[in-house]
Amino acid sequence: MSPHEAPLALLAELTHRCPLRCPYCSNPTSLTRPGEELDTATWARVFREAAALGCLQVHLSGGEPTARRDIAEITRAASEAGLYTNLITAGVLLNEAKLGALAAAGLDHVQLSVQDAEPGSADRIGGYAGGHARKLRVARLVHAAGLPLTLNAVVHRQNLDRLPALIALALELGAGRLEVAHVQYYGWALRNRDALLPTRAQLEAATATVEAARRDLKGRLVIDYVVPDYHAKRPKACMGGWGRRFLAVSPSGKALPCHAAESLPGFAFPNVRETSLREAWEGSEAFNRFRGTGWMSAPCQGCERAELDWGGCRCQAFALTGDAAATDPACALSPRHGLLALAVEAAAGGGEDFIWREPQRAGG
Amino acid sequence: MLTAASVPRLARGMRLREDKTRGRWVVMAPERMFIPDETALEVLRLVDGVRSLEAIAEILATRFAAPREEILADTLAMLDELAGKGVIAS
Repeated sequence: MSPHEAPLALLAELTHRCPLRCPYCSNPTSLTRPGEELDTATWARVFREAAALGCLQVHLSGGEPTARRDIAEITRAASEAGLYTNLITAGVLLNEAKLGALAAAGLDHVQLSVQDAEPGSADRIGGYAGGHARKLRVARLVHAAGLPLTLNAVVHRQNLDRLPALIALALELGAGRLEVAHVQYYGWALRNRDALLPTRAQLEAATATVEAARRDLKGRLVIDYVVPDYHAKRPKACMGGWGRRFLAVSPSGKALPCHAAESLPGFAFPNVRETSLREAWEGSEAFNRFRGTGWMSAPCQGCERAELDWGGCRCQAFALTGDAAATDPACALSPRHGLLALAVEAAAGGGEDFIWREPQRAGG
Repeated sequence: MLTAASVPRLARGMRLREDKTRGRWVVMAPERMFIPDETALEVLRLVDGVRSLEAIAEILATRFAAPREEILADTLAMLDELAGKGVIAS
């Protein structure tokens, strides 16, 4: 028996290339160049290792995963490894032929993002003219290809008021599931926090909308709701606990306990080019550093919720306090909890302008 | 609502598969999974998009030598609940 629980899911970030420029992108602010990406054969090995380790599901993500020319081969390799394959896509590079190839390769599910329900606003947020209309066409193609569809809507101050329209859109497009995900503020989103943080009133209206829709649409549409930390009293169990359920592999092959973990200083993340996934999961210092509860200090240490929320999010703790081992300030027991209210206040006076996601210039 | 005549099937994107690492069966779903208990697993293994709910209950009643009406009511309630979660369609 291994001393660690086996991971359930692998997030495969196949590339950081993406035609969209969403200002809340979950990729690190320092993006990997195409030349550094893992090749097809290495991904195939990673999938086999993930399945052997106990993973049941792989999220094929990015960046935009379909920006890779070998996306169908990659999907086939994941499917042949026995993983449930979920494509997380912005959709704008897909067409009928590519979707057909993906379905034939064994793709199990498509998660398509939309940036808003209103086309003009959606195209502005995504930084891609005509993107929304293309997404709607692609959603219909996904449905026609017989693939199950989840619509993913990242929500924030500039689109949250159209949540009812987003729910209606999910129904209209034949999605079986809608993910309403409040922006999580690291990386790009942290840079854009003042333009994105919703007001308390917006949040309460959104939560009520979701609750009512869940009741009314039971059996027709499943709605997953990721709540925002900045109005919370208790932190989320980020990743279900560090190194406990989940691992990510970055485009250049870094094995990570969370896709944002590269933002943390002082880590040497194992690379799948040199290390097996099992060694990374079980033996690496990076995966063991925040595993369990032994690393915690007060107020987490000894807290009855320590094994429920696992101290919250390490990336958020670092981003807001400068200490990745601190209690996530989303917890009301954190001495730094006041930072969140200050951020909400600051954002209330913030403008609408974004810093769009883009690759850094050389040396930048 | 399902009835005895309904023909249940796994909804789009649902896959019943063995999880060998953990010694159990799971229904894989988009970004989630369901872990059926022993009874639910017996039912799910008979859900094939061809058999009616009544036919499934008939098989189970024979297999477990249990009253047919009781098994039908239990099967109906269980599949109805799974339908509410989007696992089962008909």
